[in-house]
Amino acid sequence: MSSGTMNAEMLTVAPTVAPTVASTGAPAAILAMSHVDMDFTLGSGFLNRMTLRAVSDVSLSLHAGQALALVGESGSGKSTIARILARLYRQTSGTITRAGADVASFTAKDLATYRRDVQMIFQDPFASLNPTHTVGYHLERAIRLHRPNLSRPEVRDHIDALLTQVGLLPARSFAERRPHEISGGQRQRVSIARALSVEPSVILADEPTSMLDVSVRLGVLNLLADLKEHRKLAALYITHDIATARYFAEQTAVLFAGNLVEQGPSTVITETPQHPYTRLLIESVPNPANRITGTAPRRSQDIALRAPTSRGCPFVSRCPRATSICQTEMPVQTWLGDGHFVRCHNL
Amino acid sequence: MSSDLIAPMPLLQVRNLTVDYIGENAIARAVNGIDFDIAEGEAFGLAGESGCGKSTVAFALARLTRLPGLVSGGSIRFRGEEVLDFGPERLRKYRWNEVSFVFQSAMNALNPVMRVSEQIMDTVRAHQPKATGDEVRARALEMFDLVGIPSRRLDDYPHQFSGGMRQRIGIAIAMCLNPRLVIMDEPTTALDVVVQRDIIEQICDLKNNLGFSVLFITHDLGLMIEFCDRIGVMYAGELVETAAADQILTAPRHPYTRALGQSFPPLTGPRRRLEGIAGSPPPLSALPQGCRFSPRCTSAVALCGIEVPTLQTDPQTKGQVACHLAQ
Amino acid sequence: MNPNPAPSLPDLMKSLGLRQKPGWVSRLPSGLAAVLTNRKGLAGLVILTLILLMGLFAPLLAPYDPFHRAGPPSAPPDFDYLLGTTRLGKDVFSQMLYGARASLTVGFVAGIAATVIGVIVGISSGYFGGRIDEVLTFFVNVVLVLPALPLIIVFAAYVDKASPLVIAIVLAATGWGWSARVIRTQTIALRDRDFVLAAELLGERKWRIILIEIFPNMFSFVVGGFVLGTIYAIIAEAGLEFIGLGNPASVTWGTMLFWAQRNAALTTGAWWEVWPPCIAIMVTAAALVLINFSVDELTNPQLRAARNARRIRRYLRQRNRSPDVF
Repeated sequence: MSSGTMNAEMLTVAPTVAPTVASTGAPAAILAMSHVDMDFTLGSGFLNRMTLRAVSDVSLSLHAGQALALVGESGSGKSTIARILARLYRQTSGTITRAGADVASFTAKDLATYRRDVQMIFQDPFASLNPTHTVGYHLERAIRLHRPNLSRPEVRDHIDALLTQVGLLPARSFAERRPHEISGGQRQRVSIARALSVEPSVILADEPTSMLDVSVRLGVLNLLADLKEHRKLAALYITHDIATARYFAEQTAVLFAGNLVEQGPSTVITETPQHPYTRLLIESVPNPANRITGTAPRRSQDIALRAPTSRGCPFVSRCPRATSICQTEMPVQTWLGDGHFVRCHNL
Repeated sequence: MSSDLIAPMPLLQVRNLTVDYIGENAIARAVNGIDFDIAEGEAFGLAGESGCGKSTVAFALARLTRLPGLVSGGSIRFRGEEVLDFGPERLRKYRWNEVSFVFQSAMNALNPVMRVSEQIMDTVRAHQPKATGDEVRARALEMFDLVGIPSRRLDDYPHQFSGGMRQRIGIAIAMCLNPRLVIMDEPTTALDVVVQRDIIEQICDLKNNLGFSVLFITHDLGLMIEFCDRIGVMYAGELVETAAADQILTAPRHPYTRALGQSFPPLTGPRRRLEGIAGSPPPLSALPQGCRFSPRCTSAVALCGIEVPTLQTDPQTKGQVACHLAQ
Repeated sequence: MNPNPAPSLPDLMKSLGLRQKPGWVSRLPSGLAAVLTNRKGLAGLVILTLILLMGLFAPLLAPYDPFHRAGPPSAPPDFDYLLGTTRLGKDVFSQMLYGARASLTVGFVAGIAATVIGVIVGISSGYFGGRIDEVLTFFVNVVLVLPALPLIIVFAAYVDKASPLVIAIVLAATGWGWSARVIRTQTIALRDRDFVLAAELLGERKWRIILIEIFPNMFSFVVGGFVLGTIYAIIAEAGLEFIGLGNPASVTWGTMLFWAQRNAALTTGAWWEVWPPCIAIMVTAAALVLINFSVDELTNPQLRAARNARRIRRYLRQRNRSPDVF
């Protein structure tokens, strides 16, 4: 039941070392990204133009009933990846495939289906709902867009069913409230219900619990986990909190300055991280068993901005293992078994 | 390493502090008579979730409460003096010389059109009008050194610094007059974990060298336990437990503290399902009878819904807890 | 040991002069309740309604025909002629009532038209961005930069004896710029909000997103723009007619002032020809401004909280306390 395997299509495309464990029974990827780069051009006029590479050679795949966590600091490119998958941005190079078919070749009709099939949940519970509409209205619009032929009572039943599924009871009472009358956690549940109402197969959750209270986060994550299991959804969970990544997702990928530096089963990544950046992340996470003394070395640095012409590993300026090759060449994937890979020259 | 509560006189003594929010037709009691002490050189943490009143307490301590907020009762004794009785002159001396504040969005609390050096020097000048221009500039340089920013950047504008550096500047401004107590309201919440750790290490280093006390407010219990000596847990405007930092997770006495501690997914061990705390904090306009946490408490008994538990001190551990079941 | 216990909540409320919401208010739907409890808005609405009714029922309320001589010339106010008569013997009170019709019609028509144009241009510009934004912003800037009054004067001078309707059109055509600018800014701010993005991802049509998702969030700005546009139109219309560019044969507050000046009313001491139209214009504008305040307060709850603050601060000062400690 290994969930970290690559499907056949990606194997032929990626010039990396083949995984040491290949599973033939794994489900095919519902949505996959292959060698995607994303560049943004900033500044206007001829003199100030700067091209930033926000995402660099990223490949990942999402499978039904499984969650992949994308962990990184702000500016690492994780939200950009979600938006590329949601087709809000067009990637600069690389391919997105939906059940094996290249999205670039989709007709307008296919794209409309894709849009509904891949839904996003946003970070800010205050901004993701329209303050002037009721909860019920939000769901009603989504349902009507998906199934235009339903009658009013049928739509109403659907709304009640969805609200019940996300734990907002009594459903009718919640349907009539406006966003400012419900709590942050409840708002996120409404956003989840809205995403579910069009019956997607992929959920892209962009930091869905970062702005919620600690005691509420688990409730929302548990809800997402249940829905993922019962509806066989593929989930991409974007977060800066590697602990919740481990809690919610079976697989974790670590992103640094737009590069996927390590990926594998969440337990392996958190317990035996191989990449120096992953290690730094794990060591920096607050741990009640430790004690701050004021004497630990300072390890943070400003975020490295990458251009398309950048060479070498982006972590080189902070890496304890850096050698000369790290300045000139981006390391390729090294497979360490059980679907775990690292991109580092000096393991 | 936990501080002794009784002798010598604590730096800060808060008794029965009550803060209300005045609405149009109703008043919400955001902080309902809380008591706690902070000793010299101690780091005291105030934990709790949004709406529990911890930021309100912080503002009240620095006399920064503004309408519709109003301190309606209680006593705040700083080195024996009653802070709530301070007039404007005494307040000017109190604020920033004795007590300073690091805001949650210190990054946004910096004036974007003023050079950073100006902002630090302004603060020094405002509270120490007799200092000369050279002395003030020297102090600003000293502060930059203290928080680890290269002095050549002293005359830059805020937007030229990263988020973490701006927070450090906020801390530098809070330290510039060598206060005895620094109140920090979620100083690292908006920062990434690596930067966060560095900043907290910096604060701890400064505290070890300069000897000030810290009131540290955050929702991140793990971080609080790493840094603070004692921790107070607030719920719905009340203090439900205070204990030494190393006791909060290992020996919690209040059900809320226990449930809060279990809301943080671990980084090791088997991947098990955890439950947070069902429900949400009560609205201040519709508080339950008896213990405010009882509707959500898994160990609640009949008494919990009738009688309000009082804060009791354990003579051995000096910890306090307000729960009928902890006696 | 409970030093300085805080007063109980009911006691505190009494000391600070707060009253609970009267029972009947909570039984109303929240929108209506908010409007009725807002004193400024209520006052504005009442005044405006009275003036509207005055204008609407002018034929019934006016004792004389405002277009023709009704009594002795330059008669001061008395029982027969409530506000006196003009130099030509026309009843000022009747003119006031009929004048309300024309002035309010011009004001509202110009205000609505300017707002509609401004909203359409502003939302399109803000939502679509790119070329459309560039082109529309160019026009907005032109309208904003062109000096309105000289332009209006030129227009009105070309059209001999401009009727109030023409004036309304001219005012609308020159007054939509500010609305458009404000609405554009708000649209840009709202366009990037997550809930708009969510609607787009669900597959909502563009027109629905603009009208139903974005527009309701800008309601207070639209009303604000409308109110200000109407005030501007009423005053500008009076001004144009005062300087003689309107149709002197019509009866509006502006033409009343025009004739008052022609008749040297102030030098002859006939104040009753001058003050009534002036006060009418001022009161109407004031009523609209009060309504604008209340719309702002309704949509921005922080403004409401500020109302109480002044009273409480005064109370605390009296007790010789700082404003943050009871």
